[in-house]
Amino acid sequence: MALTRGFTGRSRGARDSRLPPGQYDAGTNWPVLHVEPTPSIDTATWSFEIDGLVDKPVRWSWDEIHALPASRYEGAIHCVTTWSKFGMRFDGVSVDTLLDVAGVGDDAAFALARSHTGYTTNFPLEDLTGGKAWVVWDIDGAPLASIHGGPARLLVPHLYFWKSAKWVSGLTLFAEDQRGFWEQRGYHYRGDPWLEQRYQGD
Amino acid sequence: MTTVSGGPPHPGPWQPARVTGIRRETPTAKTFTLTLPQPRSFWAGQYFVVRLTAPDGYRAQRSYSIASAPSDSAEVDLTVEILPGGEVSGFLNEAVEVGDVLDVRGPIGGDFAWDLRPALGLAGGSGIVPLMSMLRHARKLGQPGLFRLVVSVRSPEELYYAAEIQGPDASIVFTRAVPDGHVRPPGRLMARELAAALDGDRDVYVCGSTAFCDAATQLAAAAGVPVERIRVERFGFSG
Repeated sequence: MALTRGFTGRSRGARDSRLPPGQYDAGTNWPVLHVEPTPSIDTATWSFEIDGLVDKPVRWSWDEIHALPASRYEGAIHCVTTWSKFGMRFDGVSVDTLLDVAGVGDDAAFALARSHTGYTTNFPLEDLTGGKAWVVWDIDGAPLASIHGGPARLLVPHLYFWKSAKWVSGLTLFAEDQRGFWEQRGYHYRGDPWLEQRYQGD
Repeated sequence: MTTVSGGPPHPGPWQPARVTGIRRETPTAKTFTLTLPQPRSFWAGQYFVVRLTAPDGYRAQRSYSIASAPSDSAEVDLTVEILPGGEVSGFLNEAVEVGDVLDVRGPIGGDFAWDLRPALGLAGGSGIVPLMSMLRHARKLGQPGLFRLVVSVRSPEELYYAAEIQGPDASIVFTRAVPDGHVRPPGRLMARELAAALDGDRDVYVCGSTAFCDAATQLAAAAGVPVERIRVERFGFSG
């Protein structure tokens, strides 16, 4: 590994063990990164749908999804652009709950999440099950702002945050992996921050 | 009309790039000319990641937009703004000298990469960097009308590439203080200014702070640009 002349880093000896490699603590800032204009989505017409290799496709309205058992995530999020944030509290519904309603098909092994903006991102199904993924609409007890993906976004906090699709509108289950928006553009298929899977080949 | 086929190039492996030029743009920004061992083709609007490594193995990496026009050469210019408390941007601006070697990887970024369709760039402050690459590319192709740039900055002291930017394809909006002899009074970009710059069928590329991007996106949409033809890159404290 090539050393950078003169560089010692800011935080010698005090590196936070909660930070994955190459990440820094953004503190109270929440940087905003997306390439499409921020949409304005009306919860009166909002919907979330699960289809593909399921027993029956299901579509939830805003009120219907709120009637499902609530689930909370408290912890860190990690963005591929190297910031992390700690102590985040998101409320919504577990993806496990949604998949239970639809019924996961025998051949389903991958999922493609999509957004109301047309954004997509892909997953091995096991990254969305077992209490690891949510559809969330509240942050610290307040509605999630549109700029951060509101009214509802996917939350998959054990992977880099581009996987947590803003303005999420649905999941499609497949037998084979389908590449999403950033995954077609040189980013890693899976995006585990602890393995520093930022770009293809990492 | 110039066209390109396929999509923007994907990143290659990490490369040790030599710093072969440093130019100060403003009191808080410098442009670094990097010479790559292996030239990488790129599209305007893409970026590189710069990675710093300390003797104990600690690493920090940040993304910086390419400012230079696409070319076959091994040189690529990155303009880096010092951000408050920015570990990497501060080191680059204050410690790096010509002759130093930096680990870089790129080009990265797809949706903000310019495909050479007629376009208008709306830049807020340091958000000019990827749009300057587009302006330079259009000029280099001998098609200066292919890309038009409107840049919004607070004052003349904060304008990057000031000497080069002047031309019929570029206009500057000063929001707080104007240079001597400047006719337009200070103020934010106005709808009619944007409409004049659109002059027909153009994609719109917006880059700057979140506040600038939201305002500029709304202006463009109000001027009749379909939302799917507006691309936005938000610059923030990522560094």
